[in-house]
Amino acid sequence: MARGAAAGLAAALLLSVPAVAADASPPTSSVMQTALKGTVTVSAAASLTDAFRDIASAFRRANPGVRVRTNFGSTSALVAQIEAGAPADVFASADLASQDWLVKSGHVVAAPRIFARNTMQIAVKPGNPLGVRSLADLPRLRTVALCGRTVPCGVYAASLLARANVVLAEDKVTRGADAKATLGAVSAGDADAAVVYATDVRAAGRSVAAVAVPRGSDIVAVYALSVVRGSQNRTAAQAFVNFVLSPSGRRILASHGFLAP
Amino acid sequence: MRATALAVAAAVATGFVALPVAGVLVRTPWSGFLDAVGSREARSAIGLSLATSLASAVLAVVLGLPLAWVLARRDFPGRRLVRAVVAVPMVLPPVVAGVALLGTFGRSNGIVGRALFEATGLQLTFSPLGVVVAQCFVALPFFVLSAEAGIAQVDRRYEDVAETLGARPGYVARAVVLRLAAPAVAAGAVLAWARALGEFGATITFAGNVEGRTQTLPLAVYLLLERDQGAAYALSAVLVGIAIAVLVLLRGRWLGVRR
Repeated sequence: MARGAAAGLAAALLLSVPAVAADASPPTSSVMQTALKGTVTVSAAASLTDAFRDIASAFRRANPGVRVRTNFGSTSALVAQIEAGAPADVFASADLASQDWLVKSGHVVAAPRIFARNTMQIAVKPGNPLGVRSLADLPRLRTVALCGRTVPCGVYAASLLARANVVLAEDKVTRGADAKATLGAVSAGDADAAVVYATDVRAAGRSVAAVAVPRGSDIVAVYALSVVRGSQNRTAAQAFVNFVLSPSGRRILASHGFLAP
Repeated sequence: MRATALAVAAAVATGFVALPVAGVLVRTPWSGFLDAVGSREARSAIGLSLATSLASAVLAVVLGLPLAWVLARRDFPGRRLVRAVVAVPMVLPPVVAGVALLGTFGRSNGIVGRALFEATGLQLTFSPLGVVVAQCFVALPFFVLSAEAGIAQVDRRYEDVAETLGARPGYVARAVVLRLAAPAVAAGAVLAWARALGEFGATITFAGNVEGRTQTLPLAVYLLLERDQGAAYALSAVLVGIAIAVLVLLRGRWLGVRR
């Protein structure tokens, strides 16, 4: 799982911290002098599950004094949690709109950072028994899994379908609470196809097959992260953000199929 | 002193349950209540929930009554085992119930579902029938255990007397045993119905979340919470209202009759 992330980690941290200091509000020079302590709770979009587990363990290795707790869910669910005052230190979303929303409402510290991109794919049953070649094939299937309408992956899927002029009857669409749950309807359930992130299809391994969406109608998902204003441990939270943006963070993200920001 | 402590403990427990229920009603935007409950999505969820939960309750009675009877009135090896097996859905996490149903009745991976699909073309997943299957699976034990207790409480001498007076066994069962056990049987049916109405985990796992087909009220509430909290609270208030109505019904009509 580590994929050599530990190697050169100290160096990466040294590089990343000054690089970000320019736009990060708290002075990060102190981060280097005093060892980080406490707990960082990271609320991250479900599609980041595997990548952020790896990042969290690499971050822990670099900062043995810090406990990282991860909380995965749909971006919209995490927004609702943060607005309701749920304890979170770092918020990583699968879109920019949610970050902007929380910046406006004052729940996160300004200037969220884009740290990765992702594309959408069609996931089908292994071996593609129904011969799905493109989005245009989806209306003839019995059941297609999409994310909830306001969840980022649902929003991306909707614009993807709209751009391809594909209309899916609502009684053929089962809505997953987040990207992972949506793909689960194909990998574990009876849905014939799902429109989800390429990284999720890749993470699902052999339980599904991928059908690429042709270039041109491509919708690119943007991932951004920020420090939550109510954070009890801003120093460590900022260090985690810096770590995600650092070369080793990027390397881990790339190893899970995410595109560079 | 001790009585005060006891009263405080009881008040804490009561508040623990009552506060969140009151919280739903307080947070519900009553001015927009009719709009929220009247939206197309909400109406289809309410209608689907009522239809599937009633069907599940009926199915639970049809399937459960003979079983309750056997458990209460027949002595056979393995009776306790059967009772324990039937109670499993009560203690199983509903999501696990959904996974279990997928593994049994799923079209692609189900041991029964695949054969069923190949033979008849019937697919339970993503269909209202699948919702009924999921709801009935979790609700059945509530009916069986309640009905069994009711039947077991009926004094066997009444049956003996009726039989010595020449009543046929079928008549004895209906006119004597079931009539005396009626409050418990009815209470079991209402409990099963309420459990079916509130079912979430097994439904979303097994039957999916298709608007108008499998998106029941609890599923709609869960998805609305991220999109439109006011509407989510309004639909929650509907469920709270139904829950309170069920309890009032149970107390006044049936539980009050029982000694």
